[in-house]
Amino acid sequence: MSHIEVRGLTKSFGGHLAADGISFAIGKGSLVGLLGPSGGGKTTVLRMLAGLERPDSGDITFEGVRVNDIPPQKRGIGLVFQNYALFRHMNVFDNIAFGLTVQKRSKTYIRERVGELLELTGLAGLAERLPSQLSGGQRQRVAFARALAPQPQLLLLDEPFAAIDAKVRKELRLWLRDMIDRVGITTLFVTHDQEEAVEVADEIMIVNRGRLEQKGSPEHIYGTPQTPFVAGFIGESSRVEAVSELHGFEHCHEGAKAIVRPEFIEIGSPRELRLPSASGQGIVKAVFFRGTHWQVEVEVGTNRLFGYRDLEQPALHPGDATHVLVHRAYLVSGGQVSVVENRYKTDPMPVHI
Amino acid sequence: MAGAVPAVSAARGQCAAVHAADHLTEHAAVRWLLIGIALLFLGLFLILPLVTVFVEAFRKGAALYFAALREKEALAAIRLTLTTAAFAVPANLIFGLAAAWAVSKFRFRGKQVLLTLIDLPFAVSPVISGLVFVLLFGARGWFGPWLSEHDVKIIFALPGIVLATVFVTFPFVARELIPLMQAQGVQEEEAAATLGASGWRIFWKVTLPNIKWGLLYGVILCNARAMGEFGAVSVVSGHVRGKTNTIPLHVQILYNEYKFTAAFAVASLLVLLAAVTLGVKSFIEWKHHQSAHTGAEESGDPI
Ligand SMILES: Nc1ncnc2c1ncn2[C@@H]1O[C@H](COP(=O)(O)OP(=O)(O)O)[C@@H](O)[C@H]1O
Ligand SMILES: [Mg+2]
Repeated sequence: MSHIEVRGLTKSFGGHLAADGISFAIGKGSLVGLLGPSGGGKTTVLRMLAGLERPDSGDITFEGVRVNDIPPQKRGIGLVFQNYALFRHMNVFDNIAFGLTVQKRSKTYIRERVGELLELTGLAGLAERLPSQLSGGQRQRVAFARALAPQPQLLLLDEPFAAIDAKVRKELRLWLRDMIDRVGITTLFVTHDQEEAVEVADEIMIVNRGRLEQKGSPEHIYGTPQTPFVAGFIGESSRVEAVSELHGFEHCHEGAKAIVRPEFIEIGSPRELRLPSASGQGIVKAVFFRGTHWQVEVEVGTNRLFGYRDLEQPALHPGDATHVLVHRAYLVSGGQVSVVENRYKTDPMPVHI
Repeated sequence: MAGAVPAVSAARGQCAAVHAADHLTEHAAVRWLLIGIALLFLGLFLILPLVTVFVEAFRKGAALYFAALREKEALAAIRLTLTTAAFAVPANLIFGLAAAWAVSKFRFRGKQVLLTLIDLPFAVSPVISGLVFVLLFGARGWFGPWLSEHDVKIIFALPGIVLATVFVTFPFVARELIPLMQAQGVQEEEAAATLGASGWRIFWKVTLPNIKWGLLYGVILCNARAMGEFGAVSVVSGHVRGKTNTIPLHVQILYNEYKFTAAFAVASLLVLLAAVTLGVKSFIEWKHHQSAHTGAEESGDPI
């Protein structure tokens, strides 16, 4: 049985659907990322799980027990807010001890448990500080320790790294992953940063406009997006308005639209391409230096695509005629996405998923 | 890359500051003239009257000053003022907290109406506030006949004075707390709830400590006004000597009877109250500033 199960969760704010029939299940001990654009409804889902927001309809069950009518106090969840919401007048120790004091634990137990968590989160020595005397990363870890202290069954994290600068964020991500593995707690964390989701989560759920678009492992979502939104949201992509103009995709019906990732594209002279026979003609429109590679924009028919090129390869210039090899494309039709391979490569039949 | 952006904007910020300073710095003579005008104004309209109160109060010596305060009617006025404040301030503390809590922590219909109503006592003249209570509870008022039937006295008695004072001083606590509580939001309370705390514990351990300075400030202002209120109380008091005269009313009576020394002696109590109020206010502001300062100073260090 899954640990957390959600069925048909719906919530609207003044006629605006923030969550629209969301259903999913989370296995015990897994770390799931809730990924989607801002305003997509991620926080709303998290707050409903925590009991801070009441769903208009739908059920939430923890270990098979319906918790819809159980108040947040009794759900046994640890919640880390987007801006941490530390108790500003309490020092680090008292913040972390709050949940234990509520449980009326003994003084010795509290001192031990808080000490343990301070150690675990690398905050030893800061117990006397007030939240205002901590850096963003330190605050984040206090919030994390505070949520873990009463040993909740489910940990919810709302954009835990959003307020932290880029470099520290990377360190904290690895730290979080490591920490959750060690504690072994079922965790759902919200983010709008796909790199973060891919790096941290076992499984990703993509939410957009209050709807769950797709759920699966990062590899699965990346390789086989099921909706046009997911295909365009995950990874980098160019939108192709007339895919039948691309060499190797003439069999697609005229006017069919597609999404193509830069890593599906090779740009260069026929000698540089792996399968020159599968490539078509294109014109270089723009070239950007990206530090470790060139980003090249090419025009093929009426489509504009972009791909990457090694710094070791001869430079291309705007206006150059070049060859473009498109290995595959995500064909978009009627809200469905199918993967189509270049027909001049090995497999002559398109693969529908 | 991440480091470069703040550096650039910081440099720009400095530039702007230097530039602004150039523009804002006036000629020394202009500066002194402006400061002089401000000081003169303060001296004439604030310091001089306050000094006058004490000079007049002690004109005939300290013995007479203290005798004026020990007089039976003066003592009665002091007692009535303290009693009134003892009812009005706690009442407004609770009303103000409840109103601020409702406005800042919940979403509900009619919130704007409530906010406007809270300001009403500031908007109407205190005399009108007093008259309203006379119209309601006076002998010929709406509830007058019923009250006299049951032998309950409100107007020209302590209850009327307390009611009028509560009405006039209602906004102080609420006005002080609402912006503070709105700025703080509900997230700390929500965090406490997810950690298992009951509503009662959340209030005592999370909400109250966060608003204590603002609350204290509101209470201090409320108290100063409750003790000093003249207009509304004057209408409902009936000016019964030794019975329904508060300090401000007593001062007026003494003055009208040409007992200037006594009048100023009693008035000096209110001036002292004002001084204490301002002292506490500065202390609270200093305390606030201090905690904000330590926060800003140390929050910049890296992970
Ligand atoms: N308390 C609220 N009142 C009104 N609208 C809300 C409230 N909370 C969220 N919304 C709306 O619901 C939508 C989803 O919000 P949210 O769940 O916060 O998105 P996300 O966390 O994915 O950025 C947004 O359009 C937001 O404006
Ligand atoms: Mg959010």
